[in-house]
Amino acid sequence: MKVNVKVNGQNKVFNIEPGDYLLDTLRKENYLSVKKGCDNSSCGVCTVLFDGKPIKSCSLLTAKIEGHEVITVEGIQKEADKLSDYFGAEGADQCGYCTPGMALSVYALKEENSNPSDEEIKEYLTGNLCRCTGYQSQHIAIRNYLEDK
Amino acid sequence: MKINGYQTVKSLEEAYNLLNENKQNAIVAGGAWMRLSSKVIETAIDLSGLELDQIVETKDTFEIGAMATLRQVEKQEGLKELYNGVLSKALSKIMGVPIRNVATIGGSIIGKYSFSDVLTPLVVMNVELEFYKKGIISLEDFLVSKDRSKDILVKVVIKKEEAKAYFHKMQKTGLDFAVVNVAISKKADTFKIAVGARPSLVKFALEAMAFVNGAKEVTEEVILKTADIAGKELKFGTNSKASEEYRRNIAMAYIKRGLREVIK
Ligand SMILES: Cc1cc2nc3c(=O)[nH]c(=O)nc-3n(C[C@H](O)[C@H](O)[C@H](O)COP(=O)(O)OP(=O)(O)OC[C@H]3O[C@@H](n4cnc5c(N)ncnc54)[C@H](O)[C@@H]3O)c2cc1C
Ligand code: FES
Ligand code: FES
Repeated sequence: MKVNVKVNGQNKVFNIEPGDYLLDTLRKENYLSVKKGCDNSSCGVCTVLFDGKPIKSCSLLTAKIEGHEVITVEGIQKEADKLSDYFGAEGADQCGYCTPGMALSVYALKEENSNPSDEEIKEYLTGNLCRCTGYQSQHIAIRNYLEDK
Repeated sequence: MKINGYQTVKSLEEAYNLLNENKQNAIVAGGAWMRLSSKVIETAIDLSGLELDQIVETKDTFEIGAMATLRQVEKQEGLKELYNGVLSKALSKIMGVPIRNVATIGGSIIGKYSFSDVLTPLVVMNVELEFYKKGIISLEDFLVSKDRSKDILVKVVIKKEEAKAYFHKMQKTGLDFAVVNVAISKKADTFKIAVGARPSLVKFALEAMAFVNGAKEVTEEVILKTADIAGKELKFGTNSKASEEYRRNIAMAYIKRGLREVIK
C-alpha cells in the first residue's frame, strides 16, 4: 500500500506493507538519524515528531501517518545544533546514539512548556534512555539550553 | 504481530461489519500494544477518520472518544480537577510522553490489561462505556463480563462528581509496569478501594469497602483494620517483579496512605 506524508517539510509517498512500523519505514527511506535500539517502545532512540508531538516510531504503524507530518532531527537542524553546543559544553554527548531522539523530545518539551521545572524535564524525558552519561550532564545541558544561557 | 491488510473505515457501521466478517480482523487503535503481541491480523481496521479522538465536557460528564490518546486525556484541563486529578496523575506514570502520545484510552480499556494504570483509577470513578452495538455498559460490569462478542468501543463517559481520590503506582523505574497499584475514592461518605497489578486484573476490595463504609467515623483504627481486611480478601500472586507477600504488604501500606489522604 502507499502512504502520503510530509517528512521534514517535503511531500513523500512511501510504498509499505500494512504491518510496517514507522521506524523501519524511515530507515528504509534513508532517514538514518532515526536509530533502532530496543524496537519495543522502551529506549526512545527512535523518537520522531508526529504532527509536532514526540512519539516512538517503533510503536506507530506506518499506515497511520497517511496525511500527517513527520519530523526527524534533520527537520529541526538549527535547534539541534544549538542543543548540541550545550551538550558539548557539559560533556553530555558520549556515543551519541541517544542524541537525535533526545533532541526531538527536548524540542517538543520546549514547544509545549518553555519554562519547565527540573521535575517536568525529567518526567518529559522518561522515555529517552542514555546508556553513557548518567543523565546529570544531559539534564544540566538541557536546562541551560532552555534558559539559553 | 503480522498484519495482512489495512482499512481506514468511513463509518462505524463499516468498521463493525468488517470486524465481524473474519475472526482475525481487529481494530487498531494506537497499535502500540498490539505491536508486542504475536497475533496475525487479517485486516487491521483503523478508526482514525471517525473523529473519535475528541474529549467533550458537558454539564454532567466528560465524554472521551475511544481514540483519544492517553496524553490528550492526561492534559485535559477539566479532568485535571475531577476527583482531584487522579486520572491525569495515574496516566502520567505510564511509560513516557511518546508512548502516551500513541496509546489510546479505548485500547487501554478493551485490552483489560492486568498491569493497567488506566483501569485502576477509572474504576473508582463513575464510568460508563459506550459500544457501537452493545450500547452503554458500566466499566465495572465490563471488567467482569465474559462476553467475547466483537464490538467497537466508541466513547468513555466519566460522570462529574464531587469526590476525592488517590492513586499510587508502585514501580521500580519510570518505564516499568506496576508492581501493584491502588486507587481509592471518597464520594460523600462512600469509599471505593481498588487494587490492580496484583498481578492480575484490578479488583475492588469489597469487604474492606463494606467495613469502612459502615464505620461511624474513619479513625486511624478503622484505617488500619480496612487495610488489613483488604490484604486478607484480595488475591495476590508472585511473578518476576515481586512475590505475593510483598505485593500484599505494599498494597496494604498504600491503602492506609490513600485512606488518610482522601479523608483529609
Ligand atoms: C512498551 C509499553 C509499555 C506500557 N506500559 C504500561 C504501563 O505501565 N501501564 C499501563 O497502564 N499501560 C501500559 N501500556 C499500555 C498502554 O497504556 C495502552 O493501554 C496500550 O498500548 C493499548 O493502547 P493502544 O491504543 O496501543 O491499543 P492497540 O494496541 O491498538 O489495541 C489494543 C487492543 O484493543 C482493541 N481495541 C482498541 N481500540 C478499540 C476500540 N475502540 N474498540 C474495540 N476494540 C479496540 C484492539 O483490537 C486490541 O485488541 C504500555 C504499552 C507499551 C507499548
Ligand atoms: S527503538 Fe523505539 S523505543 Fe527503542
Ligand atoms: S550518549 Fe551514548 S547512549 Fe546517550
